[in-house]
Amino acid sequence: MGSRTAAFWLGVRALLPMHLGVMPFGVIYGIVALQSGIPPLAAVMMSSVVFAGSAQFLLAQLVGVGAPALLMIGATGLVNLRHLLYSASVAPMLERLPWRWKLLLSYLLTDEAYAAAIPHLLAAPASPFAHWILFGAGFALWAGWQLATLAGVLLGAGLPADWPLDFALPLTFIAIVVPLLTDRRRIGVALFAGAIAVVLAGLPYKLGLFCAAMGGLLLARLWPEKVVP
Amino acid sequence: MSLWLVFVGAGLLTFITRFSFIALAGRHCLPAWFVALLPCVPVAALTALVAPDLLLVAGNLSVGTDNPRFWAGLVAIGVAAWRRSVLLTISSGFAVLWVLRFLSGG
Repeated sequence: MGSRTAAFWLGVRALLPMHLGVMPFGVIYGIVALQSGIPPLAAVMMSSVVFAGSAQFLLAQLVGVGAPALLMIGATGLVNLRHLLYSASVAPMLERLPWRWKLLLSYLLTDEAYAAAIPHLLAAPASPFAHWILFGAGFALWAGWQLATLAGVLLGAGLPADWPLDFALPLTFIAIVVPLLTDRRRIGVALFAGAIAVVLAGLPYKLGLFCAAMGGLLLARLWPEKVVP
Repeated sequence: MSLWLVFVGAGLLTFITRFSFIALAGRHCLPAWFVALLPCVPVAALTALVAPDLLLVAGNLSVGTDNPRFWAGLVAIGVAAWRRSVLLTISSGFAVLWVLRFLSGG
């Protein structure tokens, strides 16, 4: 990580494989949004105004059934609760940055950008260019998401739906998480969080995901970390 | 138009959620036990994202032949532990998925 451009491209490269999964997801969002009666321009704009995949899907569905405005906003808040954890996780590394950077990186802080950048941020938290990695990952995802949404809105339902490309996302997350499982405590935390997520997968608004992450952290809190001599 | 108001409201709420701790850091001292938990966030949160994708088929737990994603995921976990390469992990997972889908006639 010698310079800001190197750090930026490191972030972009870490995110690129996820586009395999994000692109179809974005295209399908565009199609679903139109089917719910959202005007094309609004459907495309939602991708930069809200910029949160699962929340956008939910919003499109709620618009389709004519849900009240406050319920739609509240549901978005619930779906995005897990971002609190990402925010807490990267906060110490962004502490010294000027506000414009904090605002920009907060806007770009998605599941994917966080996942792509966090191994590099953990490896070199004190690097003066660490925020450029997160920016590279965040920007790469943002650009891909806008393009995919636009493609979905423009091409409509004329795309094959049976490609299992969405599987690229869990596979990429696996590639990121497994190397972080360096001791029994972390493996325990991962297994526990994964089990809760499976049990609570039926909860609405992705609440199971948030509960699972919190459950994993609770276990981490109760399980004393082995002090390396 | 109220649709735009909803989008702006949802966008603001999303942003505030992501900004929350980033805004607080450096201004208020977070408790040490809380900071010590932060390295576990990616492990807990990302595993919670992945596990239902691998283990559930239409909402039901399945680790049988009707769930190729579980087996493909297992192989990917093994490859990730063995080689720590994103590209190798993704390609091995897809390879297993496609072979299993082919074998099951899908």
